[in-house]
Amino acid sequence: MSRSHEAGPPAWLQALPFAAVFVFFFVAPLVLVGAVSLWPTSDYELKPGFVFDNYATIFAGCANLAEPCVTLKTYWSTLRFSLAAWAVTLVLGFAIAYFLAFHVRSTAAQTLLFVVCTIPFWTSNVIRMVSWLPLLGRNGLVNQALLGLGLADQPVEWLLFSNFSVVLTFVHLYTMFMLVPIFNSMMRIDRSLLEAAEDAGASGWQTLWNVIVPLSRTGILIGSIFVITIVMGDFVTVGVMGGQQIASVGKIIQVQTSYLQFPLAAANAVVLLAVVLSIIVALNRMVDLRREL
Amino acid sequence: MTQDNTRRTLLKGTAGILATGMFPAIHAQEKVVLRYLGTAVNQDKAIADKFKADTGIEIQYVAVNTDEVTKRAVTSPNSFDLLDTEYFSLKKIVPTGNLKGIDTKKIKNADKITTLFTTGTVAGKAVGDQGTAPKKVIFLEGEKSKAFAKAPTQWMSLIPTVYNADTLGIRPDLIKRPIDSWAELLNPEFKGKAAILNIPSIGIMDAAMVVEAKGLYKYPDKGNMTKQEIDLTIKTLIEAKKAGQFRSLWKDFNESVNLMASGEVVIQSMWSPAVTAVRVKGIPCTFQPLKEGYRAWAAGFGLPSTLSGKKLDAAYVFINWFLDGWAGAYLNRQGYYSAVLETAKAKMEAYEWAYWMEGKPASQDIKSPNGELLAKAGSTRDGGSYEQRMGGIACWNALMDENTYMVQKWNEFVAA
Repeated sequence: MSRSHEAGPPAWLQALPFAAVFVFFFVAPLVLVGAVSLWPTSDYELKPGFVFDNYATIFAGCANLAEPCVTLKTYWSTLRFSLAAWAVTLVLGFAIAYFLAFHVRSTAAQTLLFVVCTIPFWTSNVIRMVSWLPLLGRNGLVNQALLGLGLADQPVEWLLFSNFSVVLTFVHLYTMFMLVPIFNSMMRIDRSLLEAAEDAGASGWQTLWNVIVPLSRTGILIGSIFVITIVMGDFVTVGVMGGQQIASVGKIIQVQTSYLQFPLAAANAVVLLAVVLSIIVALNRMVDLRREL
Repeated sequence: MTQDNTRRTLLKGTAGILATGMFPAIHAQEKVVLRYLGTAVNQDKAIADKFKADTGIEIQYVAVNTDEVTKRAVTSPNSFDLLDTEYFSLKKIVPTGNLKGIDTKKIKNADKITTLFTTGTVAGKAVGDQGTAPKKVIFLEGEKSKAFAKAPTQWMSLIPTVYNADTLGIRPDLIKRPIDSWAELLNPEFKGKAAILNIPSIGIMDAAMVVEAKGLYKYPDKGNMTKQEIDLTIKTLIEAKKAGQFRSLWKDFNESVNLMASGEVVIQSMWSPAVTAVRVKGIPCTFQPLKEGYRAWAAGFGLPSTLSGKKLDAAYVFINWFLDGWAGAYLNRQGYYSAVLETAKAKMEAYEWAYWMEGKPASQDIKSPNGELLAKAGSTRDGGSYEQRMGGIACWNALMDENTYMVQKWNEFVAA
């Protein structure tokens, strides 16, 4: 250890500010949510206690898989959205990042195109979401075009307030979260490796699959974590684009808090957290993020 | 910045007055600001401006949604000076002791408040009282009370501000036939073109009206269902949803306007000003009276129990001013109903009163307070006169004893 290190304040002191922020804004609220989830449910008062009633309520009837309970159905529906949004954003994000990183030669053009990708993000999330409504509606632009071109006899109903519109909006909103980390990983790939692959006689696809994809895996993982965790917790997009008719875990929690059923909502939040954490742990098993970064 | 400053000086002022024992306050020259917690629908800038011009007291609106109003009243009762909330939320708020009983002796027009609230009658006839009818919760046992009084007392929980009777909104141009029953909401004819509101406590009442209209079941009290009744109601909704009846559910005012105006939906639960908003766009929309009656709601002003001194006095000034006619006339012109009809009538033109309250054909064009054309001369108001409309109330927005179970089942409907 060098001298200059010994001269500074002790390590624990240096770590203290961040640790304090972490404890105050993350650990403490989390412990509180965990504690409240064990309190008995009551409409207008929060009575401390230690009961598992809330969890029992959430999982009531879930043992019967023939007729799944609300909780299972809701998680299943939310998981499906996560998977669909993840798959599409991954393919799109990867393709765009690949194009930007390997096909656009000049740095200036790269920067410019990258900025172009971010332009939609200058408006708010909600506006980008709501702007789909007049496009996809029964009397919307898409339907008018389809009818006008004679491609459909009557308006296509599944365009809006459907699983399709929800996934479409997720893809629109979150592809960027996939694109940026993957692009970042790709830019750090040593170009001589690609030349080496070519010299060794690898085809374009072989290079892509055996060199670029493995070397972009940290970016893919980070992007995946972003997209999956955001979609798992989302309730606004599912609400607006699904016509409020599609359940999501976030929506259930929101309804419960608005009816002051904080203990139930807290229990739901704990379950959601557990599910999301297990997904992240599983993803981390595939790529050791800390070693690779 | 300026608001912060005024609040700070105000706090200082109040503290000073309390310290010297000068109580109630007499520092009339100092500026008072009342923080008014409520939903945006009721918080009209014109009302605050007019009040300030009349009294010098400033109203600072804090606009949140219906559920959030209740949540704040329960969890942070010091974050506002004046509460504007619905009567059904009282069952949650009053037991916390966060509300002060309002002294009716300090309210000039208290005895003129419509009988709909005090005795549950319109023109001498009793109206439906299923659910949280105001007469059940309007009186408290004392100024500091956590319980509702059985008979009228000097202390009111909320002084009524606006109320209305809700029904289905329809697009007559797209339906092209008369609609006269709640049962039509689940009529397969409107498959994929119907909507219901996604606020569980209100949505389930609309659903209950449908269940009764279809002759499936007669509820002893739609506003306080048993678990079996909740199961039955939700089952009916789920069957309709699985059959593709609903195009969408809606949660806020603007959503309902857009669904209707765009033609995505032709029949849905709706609120009166939303119907007006669709019409202002030049699109035909009717707030359809139905033979089974209306689901009514009512809102009123409450005072937080910690309110004291100058702010308390100012709050009483505001409530008295509100019942004095100008605000009532303003609300009546928007299609709501005001608490004291007599004073509002004095501030309205005779032709306006005839159209809005007596159900007579408009003798000239009817305009909104902002000057938008609402109805052409010759047309009559949907639902007719005050007596017809209010007399047709079947039930009131409510908070059920089985609320937790109901919300859980409602989530099941949304997930189905």
